[in-house]
Amino acid sequence: MTISVEIRERLGDFQLDAKFASSGRLTALFGPSGSGKSSVINFIAGLIKASDGKAAVDGRVLFDSDKGINVPRHKRRIGYVFQEARLFPHLSVRQNLAYGRWFAPAEDRSMGSKGVIDLLGLGQILDRMPNLLSGGEKQRVAIGRALLSSPKLLLMDEPLASLDQARKSEILPYIERLRDETKVPIIYVSHSVAEVARLATDIVVMSNGLVIASGRTGEILQRSDLMPVEEQGEAGSVLEMAVVSFDEKYGITLLRSAVGEIRVPGRLSAIGKTIKLRVRARDVLVASQRPRGLSAQNLLEGKISEINRHGPLVDVKIDCAGTAIMSRITYQSSASLKLGVGMAVFAIVKTASIDAGSNEGARFHHAKMSGNRPFTD
Amino acid sequence: MTWLELSPEEWNAVYLSLKVAFWAMLASLPLGIVVALVLARGRFWGKSILNGIVHLPLVMPPVVTGYLLLLTFGRRAPLGAFLADFGIVFSFRWTGAALACGIMGFPLMVRAIRLSIEAVDRKLEAAAGTLGANPAWVLLTITLPLTLPGIVAGMILSFAKAMGEFGATITFVSNIPGETQTLPSLIYTFTQVPGGDWGALRLTLISIAVSMIALMASEILARRVGRRMDLE
Repeated sequence: MTISVEIRERLGDFQLDAKFASSGRLTALFGPSGSGKSSVINFIAGLIKASDGKAAVDGRVLFDSDKGINVPRHKRRIGYVFQEARLFPHLSVRQNLAYGRWFAPAEDRSMGSKGVIDLLGLGQILDRMPNLLSGGEKQRVAIGRALLSSPKLLLMDEPLASLDQARKSEILPYIERLRDETKVPIIYVSHSVAEVARLATDIVVMSNGLVIASGRTGEILQRSDLMPVEEQGEAGSVLEMAVVSFDEKYGITLLRSAVGEIRVPGRLSAIGKTIKLRVRARDVLVASQRPRGLSAQNLLEGKISEINRHGPLVDVKIDCAGTAIMSRITYQSSASLKLGVGMAVFAIVKTASIDAGSNEGARFHHAKMSGNRPFTD
Repeated sequence: MTWLELSPEEWNAVYLSLKVAFWAMLASLPLGIVVALVLARGRFWGKSILNGIVHLPLVMPPVVTGYLLLLTFGRRAPLGAFLADFGIVFSFRWTGAALACGIMGFPLMVRAIRLSIEAVDRKLEAAAGTLGANPAWVLLTITLPLTLPGIVAGMILSFAKAMGEFGATITFVSNIPGETQTLPSLIYTFTQVPGGDWGALRLTLISIAVSMIALMASEILARRVGRRMDLE
């Protein structure tokens, strides 16, 4: 399943010129507000036209300005989950769900109502009217409604943006299940690094109407120059690690991979499972020699493969047995340690997020490493 | 309370008024919805002219409207004669009274429905489109149901206007007992004859009662519809 999009269009003072192709399970369109992300998916859905552009899903052309093809939106078979849910206020939850299903051709009804209701946990609220639902429930119904139209592609426009943190963590596991358990590819618009790191398999980065980078999530997240300024420290590495053992006495789980060993507090997952560990660049310190008398236990050995300076800060890319670990430190510390490419160093990991959802269904753990808050970068 | 008892003639006028108002409202509804849709959503040259024509009956003296109807649908008028060949006669019939009342109430009905259509969130229509509904289905399943409060309000306004219509009706179809003598026409007749005061008063009370019931019914209906789809 490949999605390819090309759009050149003037929208007022704004020039949109975006082109990308993706075959990922969940492709994040990532970038700051006003970078043209929503316009791109509105174009894919047929809500806006382009004077010059092309859009195709799995070889089926939806729009081609050269050939004069413009499939009307109701024939595109593209599900759209809007930021504000857009449930029909005069229909109950059950009727909203049925509305999506009603127009799907019978032979294409890949999704059963029961399956979707179970997947999204909607059983308890079927007979309610939309105005009596919480924000999170509305968004779940909107996702279910879009799924029941048996779309070839699902577009999600910042579906969590209007929700508070508690509601966000309520929805996230459902989106993960969607990504892992259904066959529908997803394009997910977001400006949140945390959401994208957790959900996306692929990322397309947009800025000022242009696509400035695209690729697998792991590669893109290492590049802090692509992150919004206020979130540059959010860039980092995603490590896949096996759960080795759990220490009952200290309550510590030991993780291991080729990179080395990492200890995280709490019981995380069944022993033997593989989990995704997100390590932010700002949570990694660099030592030029093995430190002693340090409370942080997570030391990874590696070689510096790249150093990029951004004003007073530098991003240090450390190659640990083939996996890149990103560290963000001040230019001053980098200079005083005389860091250089090829130098053998130790990466000290202070904190990490464990994205367990990717491999074991719907649970999400956020764990902090044996804390070393006094260290700042 | 014998003075409150209605004579057959008076009952006839009450019944005829209800019948005329009901049909005026019902017959103008489909056209009212179409015109409201065109005015709310259409973009074309001459839209303000159409808007002006629709509102004319509201600002012209009713007698002018009645006279124009006479010129158009009278037996000797070209259109009236043509329709008469098909057995459709308006002049001096209750159907003519319904036509006059429908036209007088039309601007009120269109206004109410148009405002309601303009209040419909077009984003919901776009959402329905992405779910596979073509424009006709979107209209039937999203736009019109969401316009329902306005449609109900427009129907009530049209009905109430028809119950009270006098000038255009009496000009177009005269004041024939049993055929075109509606409540206002009969009240007018009573005021023109000596000793008709009690009759006029009785019918006035009935007129007030009918109007009050219509207004309250519309309030209740609108509130119920509004509550059912309390917008997000």
